[in-house]
Amino acid sequence: MSLSEDEVRHVAALARLALDDDEIAALTPQLADILAYAAEVGAVATDDVAPMTHPLGLEDVTRPDVPGERLPADAVLAAAPDRVGDRFGVPRIVEEDA
Amino acid sequence: MSADPALTRLGAAALGAAVGAGEVTAREVLEAHLDAIAARDGVVADGDVWHARDAADLGPDDLHAFLVVTAARARDAADAVDRRRAAGEALGPLAGVPLALKDVLTMRGAPTTCGSRMLEGWVPPYDATVTERLAAAGIVVLGKTNMDEFAMGSSTENSAYGPTRNPWDPDRVPGGSSGGSAAAVAGCLAPLGVGTDTGGSIRQPAAFTGLVGGKPTYGAVSRYGLVAFASSLDQAGPFARDVTDAALLHAVMAGPDPRDATSDPTDPADVVAALGRGVEGLRVGVVEELEEAGCEPGVRAVFLAAVAALEAAGATVERVSLPHAGYGLPAYYLVAPAEASSNLARFDGVRYGRRVDAATAEAMNAATRGEGFGPEVRRRIMIGTHALSSGYVDAYYLQAARVRTLIARDFATAFDRVDVLISPTAPGVAFRIGAVADPLAMYRNDVATVPASLAGVPAVSVPIGTADDGAGSGPLPVGLQIMAPLRADDRCYRVARAVEAVVGFDPDPAAHGAGVRR
Repeated sequence: MSLSEDEVRHVAALARLALDDDEIAALTPQLADILAYAAEVGAVATDDVAPMTHPLGLEDVTRPDVPGERLPADAVLAAAPDRVGDRFGVPRIVEEDA
Repeated sequence: MSADPALTRLGAAALGAAVGAGEVTAREVLEAHLDAIAARDGVVADGDVWHARDAADLGPDDLHAFLVVTAARARDAADAVDRRRAAGEALGPLAGVPLALKDVLTMRGAPTTCGSRMLEGWVPPYDATVTERLAAAGIVVLGKTNMDEFAMGSSTENSAYGPTRNPWDPDRVPGGSSGGSAAAVAGCLAPLGVGTDTGGSIRQPAAFTGLVGGKPTYGAVSRYGLVAFASSLDQAGPFARDVTDAALLHAVMAGPDPRDATSDPTDPADVVAALGRGVEGLRVGVVEELEEAGCEPGVRAVFLAAVAALEAAGATVERVSLPHAGYGLPAYYLVAPAEASSNLARFDGVRYGRRVDAATAEAMNAATRGEGFGPEVRRRIMIGTHALSSGYVDAYYLQAARVRTLIARDFATAFDRVDVLISPTAPGVAFRIGAVADPLAMYRNDVATVPASLAGVPAVSVPIGTADDGAGSGPLPVGLQIMAPLRADDRCYRVARAVEAVVGFDPDPAAHGAGVRR
């Protein structure tokens, strides 16, 4: 399995991981080795085999549509790196009108 | 407060019985274990909450099993048990018994780090269901234990807070990812531990430290409050120094939970009632593909001796094939990282944990994650992101999920012929800290444990003897893995108890001339 440093940079961008050039250089051969090994699953014939999602086969689990217990806002916001009133603070994501 | 160090040698059932009979108080039991932690674990034993020393300040024999010891809160919990007993309340079999809790399960008001700098300083505002159930049983949580970062690893070396040492030899790893809980129980800092197992993270450390460790049937134990690594695989389970104690703890933890949509809504198997039934007439299958999977000669010899002992105890033993088991490891190392890459997207620098400031939201996310995650977590996020990305998802992730279906079918077919399947738990004994540098070589530790994880079936590791590594290691524990059909956790514990009875393993390293570095 060949993997280029540019491909690794692309995946890092998708994963929202800031990696420097040294880290990209170190990761590239490691990921190539691991993916080459993992690609062995390709040798298995799986025509008409459905992918497994839950070992017990549970699906569409629902609960009654009633309000349950809730955490107080203060308890949740106490952990926020940047609290602005009752909200989580983040860098601006929408430009102001010029 | 007087504390008798001999209390730390007793098992959980014995301690619970002594507390229930009024022979000793829960507080005395707790203080004995706090003393042991203060003496041996490398924590700063001061104040309400004891913190582990920085890795650079730890002594060469400090186990470093605990990241934090919630001393004041544990004293309150022990005193509450003693008050309930004084008031004439009936107590459960584990009331007043101390426990080491892996730092991946939340406990309200106590830090949860998952072994990561990403969550340093995070104090969860809610209890995991497991934590609630422990408290309801009167179990006294000592603190939170060290682990591979976000449970990704097989040695506990991937903790951002430094490795945990193996009580059998302080230069060796205790296995992982639940190595802190394993070392705490094996080192008699706690009679019980809780770990989590995604691909072997309870069973392999149990094997490496001479303990009993169980991965319940997927869905038997609620994942609510278990910080997710791979949601379709993660299960919390027990560590103990004998099978009965592990079964008692399993019974406390298992049960339906409406707060976890993947929780099994049916009542769990009664693992305690089954313990004394023996193996007379039971059909035991030795898994061909796992028996020889790169096993060290010492491990293989001890395993074969245990198989012979099971046969002598009345079990019928035959060799059974799981034809797709050899694809378990590659399938696991696609499914688990794929789920991890999705689950760990929540660590974005916004709601909790670390943030590295940057001009834009996306740059802040990336800088935070690049700095907050260690190398193995970054590696798995990268593998998972790649395996799920456009153009690769079918060949990697979906193909691995199809292979998973085939592995589950293999198990179902095998269980038509035999009642349980067995294998060595790990291919080798505990290795030296720093000895396994290649990520793929580390992953191969999980070769025998991932098939049961992928199929969701229950599996228990029970110690069966010691072996050396062929390179002068001295005696180190070897584990035997027992796998049973979905929801038949009772069968795992029943066979484990029978193995324990015929093998007679002593969990004390000193009894084997071990416990020192070689």
